[in-house]
Amino acid sequence: MTEKETRPPRVTIKGTRDGLTFILDDQCSYNELLTELHEKLSEEQYRLDHGPLVHVKLFLGKRYLDDQQIADLKEQISERKNIVIDDIRSDVITVEEAENRRKDSRVTRLAKIVRSGQVIEIRGDLLLLGDVNPGGTVRATGNIFILGALRGIAQAGISGDDRSIICAATMQPSQLRIADILRRAPEKGEKVEEERFEDLECAYVNGQFEMVLDQLQRVAKLRPELNDEWNVRTVDM
Amino acid sequence: MGEAIVITSGKGGVGKTTTTVNIGTALALTGKSVALVDTDIGLRNLDVVMGLENRIIYDLVDVVEQQCKLSQALIRDKRFDCLVLLPAAQTKDKAAIDPSDMEEIVEELKRDYDYVLIDCPAGIEQGFKNAVAGADQSIVVSTPEVSAVRDADRIVGLLEQEDMDPPRLVVNRIRNHMMQNGDMLDVDEVVSTLAIELLGAVVDDDSVIKAANDGQPIAMDPDSKASIAYRNIARRINGESVPLMNFDDDKGVLKKVKKFFGIRA
Repeated sequence: MTEKETRPPRVTIKGTRDGLTFILDDQCSYNELLTELHEKLSEEQYRLDHGPLVHVKLFLGKRYLDDQQIADLKEQISERKNIVIDDIRSDVITVEEAENRRKDSRVTRLAKIVRSGQVIEIRGDLLLLGDVNPGGTVRATGNIFILGALRGIAQAGISGDDRSIICAATMQPSQLRIADILRRAPEKGEKVEEERFEDLECAYVNGQFEMVLDQLQRVAKLRPELNDEWNVRTVDM
Repeated sequence: MGEAIVITSGKGGVGKTTTTVNIGTALALTGKSVALVDTDIGLRNLDVVMGLENRIIYDLVDVVEQQCKLSQALIRDKRFDCLVLLPAAQTKDKAAIDPSDMEEIVEELKRDYDYVLIDCPAGIEQGFKNAVAGADQSIVVSTPEVSAVRDADRIVGLLEQEDMDPPRLVVNRIRNHMMQNGDMLDVDEVVSTLAIELLGAVVDDDSVIKAANDGQPIAMDPDSKASIAYRNIARRINGESVPLMNFDDDKGVLKKVKKFFGIRA
């Protein structure tokens, strides 16, 4: 018993306004961690079976857990019926994951006219220096920025990210798609309610899962996450 | 060593054959030696437009199948000694030859002629691939219609993947009054969509159809506007810098001339 009291705890539980935060030691072995977690959850003060739903966040520190280990950890905690795991956060990821994230967030520059019948597919964001002609298609897992005219089809967030946007200097698409939300150009004579600018527009998906076309200037407010702030230095005179 | 130029459009009926014949004739008028090759096997008509139908003995497929020598299949034009035609076969289809056959024939023609003009069939299948195979340059023909421009765009995309100079554009069948009313795409719109160099624009002229039916290329007629346009295209192909024709009616031209001489209209 004395040994246990002297060494720092492997599982620290903190209460916050949003629920509980479990801070897990990243130096001990994984099994030790699970054992202590089990003990902690068995202690009387954390016997939460009858209480209201408790939201839990897990901090793993510099410990890397693979998918199986994360599943085990979830299962162990979920033994308590009224615990909901909101988030599992670790300070480390594998090289492979890092590489994937880099590829997903990379901007691919392309100076080209995408012509009728051509399909361009990009992982990450696309910056097109040229036009997309009628019948041409550009697809990206991320955002699409077109410095020319978009007259064909643009599909952003093709692996499901509905935060993606499509911008074009001249926005006259035949069809737009973000994640699985579609919008086509109005037919001739079809009534269009919203105000259109056509020049320097962006398309995004709003809270009601509708695609909206708006002035490019609105992007700053709508998608603050687009900013690569770490690389921006603002020089004040 | 001559230059091989393929004339193509994607869409049918926009005037590839007419363009081929007239550019060929106009080039011959400038004193160049020209060979025209009809690659529309099964649907040949270059010979008809040139009025040479009755003289066909051997054709492109005969040359490929070595039934005759290339020189035997060439038909000399009635009007110019320096203009010859290699006709397409009427009985076979486009699978009768392949791109390497075309490369060989075009290579051989380039040795004897300044220009080899290849008339491409409509579509993007085997016939197109054959026609493009031996070419060093390409001319895309489009009319100012949305459907023709769409197909021309597709063709330009395919040509850009080939190992040849960037394609150049001929806008055919322009109707002045419709263009001015905005009822037809104007030349600038076609050029800005396709984003390739404009080689020339040809007005829609009734005499072009009559001339084709008579087997007498319009480029022979020095008074027709279409003829002047084709002659200008030929000069541009020869490397001359010729300003684009004014599409306004004659009054406008007169105005321009007056302006040039500093006379107030």
